Order: sequence, then C-alpha cells, then structure tokens
Amino acid sequence: MTPKALLEVEDLKTYYQVLRGHVKAVDGVNFDVDKGEAMGLVGESGCGKTTIALSILKILPSGGKIEGGKIFFEGKDIVPFEEIEMRENIRWKGISIVFQGAMNALNPVYKVGDQIVEAITTHEPDIEKADAEERAKKLLELVGVDPSRANNYPHEFSGGMKQRAMIAMSLACNPRLLIADEPGTALDVIVQAQVLKLLRELRKKLNIAMIVVSHDLSIIADTCDKSAIMYAGKIVEYGNIISIFKNPLHPYTRGLIGAFPSIKAAKSRMISIPGFPPDLLKPPAGCRFHPRCPYAMDVCNKQDPAFLPIEKAHYVACHLFPKA
Amino acid sequence: MPETLIKVEQLRKWFPVRMGFLQSIISKRQLFVKAVDGISFDIKKKEIFGLAGESGSGKTTTGRLILRLIEPTRGKVYFHNTDITTIPDREFKTYRRKMQIIFQDPYESLNPRMTISDIVSEPLRVQGFRNSTEIHEKVYKVLEDVELTPPEEYIFRFPHELSGGQRQRIGVARALILNPEFMVADEPVSMLDVSIRAEVLNLMVDMVEKYGVSFLYITHDIALARHMCERLAVLYLGKIMEKGPTEDIVNEPLHPYTKALIAAVPLPDPTTSRVDVVIKGEIPSPINPPSGCRFHTRCPEYIGDICRTKEPALVEVGKERYVACHLYSQPTK
Repeated sequence: MTPKALLEVEDLKTYYQVLRGHVKAVDGVNFDVDKGEAMGLVGESGCGKTTIALSILKILPSGGKIEGGKIFFEGKDIVPFEEIEMRENIRWKGISIVFQGAMNALNPVYKVGDQIVEAITTHEPDIEKADAEERAKKLLELVGVDPSRANNYPHEFSGGMKQRAMIAMSLACNPRLLIADEPGTALDVIVQAQVLKLLRELRKKLNIAMIVVSHDLSIIADTCDKSAIMYAGKIVEYGNIISIFKNPLHPYTRGLIGAFPSIKAAKSRMISIPGFPPDLLKPPAGCRFHPRCPYAMDVCNKQDPAFLPIEKAHYVACHLFPKA
Repeated sequence: MPETLIKVEQLRKWFPVRMGFLQSIISKRQLFVKAVDGISFDIKKKEIFGLAGESGSGKTTTGRLILRLIEPTRGKVYFHNTDITTIPDREFKTYRRKMQIIFQDPYESLNPRMTISDIVSEPLRVQGFRNSTEIHEKVYKVLEDVELTPPEEYIFRFPHELSGGQRQRIGVARALILNPEFMVADEPVSMLDVSIRAEVLNLMVDMVEKYGVSFLYITHDIALARHMCERLAVLYLGKIMEKGPTEDIVNEPLHPYTKALIAAVPLPDPTTSRVDVVIKGEIPSPINPPSGCRFHTRCPEYIGDICRTKEPALVEVGKERYVACHLYSQPTK
C-alpha cells in the first residue's frame, strides 16, 4: 500500500489507562490530510479531538497509549517510531503543534525571541546562533509581530500577540503539517478573527497543511477545506466542508449545526441536543450517539454503524444511511 | 409601553491601582482602573437586555454594580424607581431577594461539599425561611422549573455528579428560588459545550415568559446576544458605544466598533466569503484610556482631531438608537 496523502490515519485507537479500566478516548479513527490542505476536527469537550492531535505527535500524557492503528506521515508509519526518531525527524520539522491557551504556553522568564531561537537550535544543532536569531525575527514578522519585540518578555505581549508568537515558533523548523489546537478559544472575537486570518494567510504563503482542532464549527467553516465531526471517540461524519454544512447527514452534525446561532440568520429559538456526552469508560453499545439521537431505531443500540461513503468524499457512520 | 424595572444612571466604578511604597512616594497621583466610566441604560419588565463587549470592557463590573456586590464610585441604580445605591446595607437585604445572579462558571460557583438540595435552598435559609417543609416544597418546585426531573433523583447528589449543563441549571435554580424580579446572567453559557448551551438559554427565555423575570444578559458573543435580547448595549473600555434594539444593531451597525465586532464573528457557513475589515490591535489598558473617543486608536473610520480630543456623547440617531461617535454627532447627519 502506498499512501499518497501527507498524513494518513488508519483505525487509530488511543486509550488512557485509569484505575477503573480503559478510557477509549479515540476508538478507530480514519482520516487523511493532503499537502497544503486544512482539515477541521470538531467535537465537544471529551470527544477525543485533542487526543488525536497528541497521538499524531506521540506526546500523550502518562497512561495514554496508542493501542492500535497506523499513522502514515509522508508514507511512513510513525506509530512504531522510537522516541529519538520522533524528536529528530518528525516533531517540529515534519509536524508541529500550537497548543490551546497560548497565554500559558510561553515561558514567562525567557524573552520571546530567545524561546523561538531555542526551538530552532534544539532541532538544528548545526545552525549559527546569529542565523537562528535572524530567522526568529523573520518568523515574528511573518505572523505580524514587530521583529523588535523579540526582546520582550511574554508578559509584555497581549493575548493575541502571544498566540502569534506561538504560531511563529511552531513554524520555526519549516514543518509540513501544523496542528492548531483551539486557536481561537480564550481570545476575544476581534483578536480571534485576526488569528484566523493569519492562519489562512500562512496556508496560502507557505502551502502548509493544517489540522484545526476546535469545538466551534464556525471557526472550522472559516479556515478549513474539509472536516471530521467527532463524537465520543469516533468520527461520525467526514467530508468536504461545504457538503457537510449544506447537507449534514449525521443527526449529531445536524444538532451541532442547529445549536450554533448565526449572526445572519433570523432570530429563532435555539435547538439543543438533549442529554450529554457519554462516559468513555463504558460507552453505550452500538452507535454511541443513540441515547441522544432523535431518530434512534432498534438496530442503533445493538450494532455499531459502519463508516460509509454516501457521496463523493462524504462519509458518515449512521444506520440511517445504508450503502447507497 | 412596559414598565421600567432597572434604571442605571451615569454609573461609574474606578478601582484604585495598588502601588508599592516607593511608587506611592514618587508618583504624584493615584491611578485608577476605569472599569466602568459613566454608563446609563434601563431594563424594562420582562425584558432580556444584552451587554456585549470584549474582555476588559467592564461588562461584569456593571452586572455586579447593579446588584451592589461592589459599591459604585459614582452614579445611581434605580430598582422600581428606588435608588438602591444609598440604602443602608441592613435594609438592602430585602432587595437582594428580588435581584439575583447566575455566574459564569458552573464548575467553580457550586460548593463541592454541599448537596444539590443544600445549594438550592441556601438563599431561602439566608433570607430567614425556617419551615423545613416549605423549603422542601420550594426546592422541588424550582428543580422541576429548571427541568431537573424527577427532583428526588437530584437533591442528594453532589455537584461533581452532574454534567456542566445540569450544574448551570442548578445555578439558575438557586437564583430562581426566591422568585426574583431581576437576574444578572454573567456569560451563563460560555463554559458549556455547544450542544447543551441552547437548553440553558431556552430556560432563561422560559423564565421570562413564566415568571416575568427580567434579565441583564452579559456576553461576549454577539451572535448569541442576537438570539436572546430585545435590546443591546455595546461596551468598549467602560463606555457604551452603541445602544438600541438588537435586530437593528446587528443588521445595520452604526459605530465603527460595532461594525468590526460583528464582522469578526465567524459564520457557521463555509460558502460565505469573509469581509476582511478586521481592525488592528487589541483593547487598550483601562488605566489610561485613550483621550477623546476611546476607540480612536483602532478606528478604521477616524475622521480627524475631533476624535482624539473630544469625547463623543451618546446621541439618539433613530428610534431608540443611540450611538457615541463623531460620525453621527454632526447635526447634518
């Protein structure tokens, strides 16, 4: 098998070991990201979206383990890679991540510029310090921060600038895939719009692939080409962003889109999805959404629905949609 | 015309900046964080009034000032035409019964060591209810009102056994149990997952219809505000920039800041192309707010010195529409 996409995730299973058993945070997930493509990973808290991001970089917290599946990055399965191989070849140079909550991700006692330089020199030990400094300044300029601010400490930066600096740092070693974990959360609307605009521009300029992890559908609609909707550790719908929004198939996706008020749509009573997400220690049998699903049938609590293509590049896992 | 319930007049809260000993000798004047700087609005009976703005714009401070959880530096708050800012604390307790608050974070605002029944009935006990059967009945009724049914399943649980949405409904129940006439809802859904936000918000709308409660709805999300509120005030650095019916403001924003705020809301629709009128920079420090119009440092429609030197007044420009901007203060406009 010769995977063509930049990143291909096949039947990924990541479990967390806790006292009461395994938390199946990610349970059999498939998707791929092409070169220069942006994919959105949407879901509520606890659905496993951040765990996917951490699995791809193999930086799971203790107790977390990839229990099955393959992750192909540029054709090579990185799941069996040793730690040293990940550090030297994949992280930062191949795939980098911007963590959620940029305010807290920078070290408060080092200058912002020095932190970017550190990232560069750690991963490219041969580089001259002056060159690294030069590159750090260029990176800051690229993300719209005045390069002279490289000598400032993080507390002298505003929230939006810290987020920009984090993005600059993630680009330090020219990765081909950037994972942005909740890039807009904890920022004000206007600053959030600025950051999203920056992400769109960077994609155009650098032709970099992106995975945007967010709970906010509108952020995904704003930045991505395609999207995977996650629920309780599984992808329930996956496909082109426009066909997902125009023709949502899975009842959960419909509920999620319905729960999002649009500023342009007429004022209406908002629709909610009854109930709450399941406990992943003992997820419901069959389709995991069936206790909350308005269309639940008999088969739903017995059999796990297969993940099937409905239209071209639009997949859904739901018993309502048998193979066409 | 519905009766006015709450009237806020020129409300101001300046928090003194704490300085070190040396600094207090060197610096000649006391600095203040001008969190709320002279705002006026009114809330009618059975109305949900929205207060929108970025973080640091003074929305939460305003909510707390109205409930007198903090004392205002200046200005007045009227509740049913009574000025509640001058009432002695002892007498104010009877007003507290009528004015309640729902807090932002349901994970932090419920005491983890109290049962649901204790949490919900605490306001009754504070207000001097002693009859335990009466308290019991009220708790049951209010839990049914917030759709935590059957109530006997919930009363002996602890907050950690509930989901975020259920917790926030406990927060609503606790505020509702004294039959208040007015509630401040301080970002009640910003900590909740998208799929359960709507149920808490719909609950608020039901409370208005069922019990005639009025709300001050504090939010940073103008799209949600639109679905909740009849009228809206947009705050920026402690000042109202624009005020009026929500529908009109969203469809035809007048103030450049409101325009930017609305343009910045991402749309849940991938086919619409974004208008990139995103303004630069971030909200300045409220310690030394910009002179003149506070928004002039970021304003894309800056018209000259007047913006920098003269503070625009909040003027009426249409039916119930007010805007504080020099673009609209000329009589010709």
